[in-house]
Amino acid sequence: MSTNGVTQHNGQGETGTEMVKRGLAQMLKGGVIMDVVTPEHAKIAEDAGAAAVMALERVPADIRAQGGVARMSDPDMIEGIINAVSIPVMAKARIGHFVEAQILEALGVDYIDESEVLTPADEDHHINKHKFKVPFVCGCRNLGEALRRIAEGAAMIRTKGEAGTGDIVEAVRHARAVNGEIRRLSSMDEDELFTYAKNIQAPYSLVKETAELGRLPVVNFAAGGVATPADAALMMQLGVDGVFVGSGIFKSSNPAKRAKAIVEAVTHYENPEILVKVSRNLGEAMVGINVSTMPESDKIAGRGW
Amino acid sequence: MRVGVLALQGAFIEHQKILRQLGIETRQVRLPEHLDDIDALIIPGGESTTIRKLAKTYDLIEPLREFAEHKPVWGTCAGMIALAKDIGGEEPIVGAMNITVNRNAFGRQIDSFEADLMFEVLGDVPFHAIFIRAPIVTAIAGDVVVLSRLSDGRIVAVREGHLLATAFHPELTNDTRLHQYFLDIIAGQG
Repeated sequence: MSTNGVTQHNGQGETGTEMVKRGLAQMLKGGVIMDVVTPEHAKIAEDAGAAAVMALERVPADIRAQGGVARMSDPDMIEGIINAVSIPVMAKARIGHFVEAQILEALGVDYIDESEVLTPADEDHHINKHKFKVPFVCGCRNLGEALRRIAEGAAMIRTKGEAGTGDIVEAVRHARAVNGEIRRLSSMDEDELFTYAKNIQAPYSLVKETAELGRLPVVNFAAGGVATPADAALMMQLGVDGVFVGSGIFKSSNPAKRAKAIVEAVTHYENPEILVKVSRNLGEAMVGINVSTMPESDKIAGRGW
Repeated sequence: MRVGVLALQGAFIEHQKILRQLGIETRQVRLPEHLDDIDALIIPGGESTTIRKLAKTYDLIEPLREFAEHKPVWGTCAGMIALAKDIGGEEPIVGAMNITVNRNAFGRQIDSFEADLMFEVLGDVPFHAIFIRAPIVTAIAGDVVVLSRLSDGRIVAVREGHLLATAFHPELTNDTRLHQYFLDIIAGQG
């Protein structure tokens, strides 16, 4: 597997390999990754059973409301969160901003999200993620986008949804798109796979690997719009490996209770009795924005190429 | 023979895949009643704090403890942490094995690594092991036997009777020998 020379010997073995980068995502499966903006939030998330936290300065709903350029968070703030919890800590870099990624790697974050939620720094190129020892997660709306990101070195994928809206419709659209395309691959012969790879602008080798596996070659979470335990279980039943929750928890009236309920809903996603129990009395969900009435220019899922 | 895999969170599907390759029927365990008709259990890699919370909320801790008293259990990574009686100050999770474990012993994710390990019980061919934010065994007691160490001597695989623990992830590679070894323990031949 390609490692582009970033692997090193640590005295015991090789670090920074594709296997260990993808492997951490495999350990997060069946879990919930929560956006947090303070060490206190991070503790609440960990106590609720989050498998990891995403450290950022503003949750997507606030980035939408406040506008302006959204950048990587202050290293001091990220470090405060790293020191507050024992679970893995992720942080976001702008699309194409490889220096923000270098800073996050040096800081010791466990995963970098090259994220459309921040303002893109490069309108043509994503970060060459093979150059890093730290693993990356990237967003996608369809199979072609997912495989382009994996080709650039992403060790984990998340469907984009529409962040900061609390509306699940786009997350559903993107998860159905990816899984539907993978199902279609399984019925194609080799000749058709060549053409399909060209049409979706993805490397043939990854298209073929996906067809053989019957799934993406890396872990795939859902993101962008999850606000309730039912939303989280819906995404799990649609076949994703786990769920990111951004604004949905800390923009609700009872974050600790909602966070715990969403964690339980992801584990017991096929058990309606438990879903009833965890959905009760959670207080107000985040207010939300209806994506279907949103101006096209306000949508952020289109960022990334 | 039916082997359960604790499916609260983590890499449980990966374990199931290998067990199925070896012709073994598997079952996902999320609630206490799922322990009733299985012969052995694997606690997979994942986040140990998440697994602890979910096990506690769904009253699995005591049933897991009772299960581990007389039936084979294998913990990988987070599963090793779950089985340890001493995890450094914190309350143990299942707490069935006489081992002391240091969580995240190697640092952060960029320090995760892969290495070849020698196992006397597996013969001369090394086992390629994936360590991800891995724990380490810092002390053993009772009847615990060391199965493998890193080149610097630190302990990464142990057995105590019908209980097995590995700090790395055999579920992430195609080498089925440790799963076969666990099946031999279940069959009473290990």
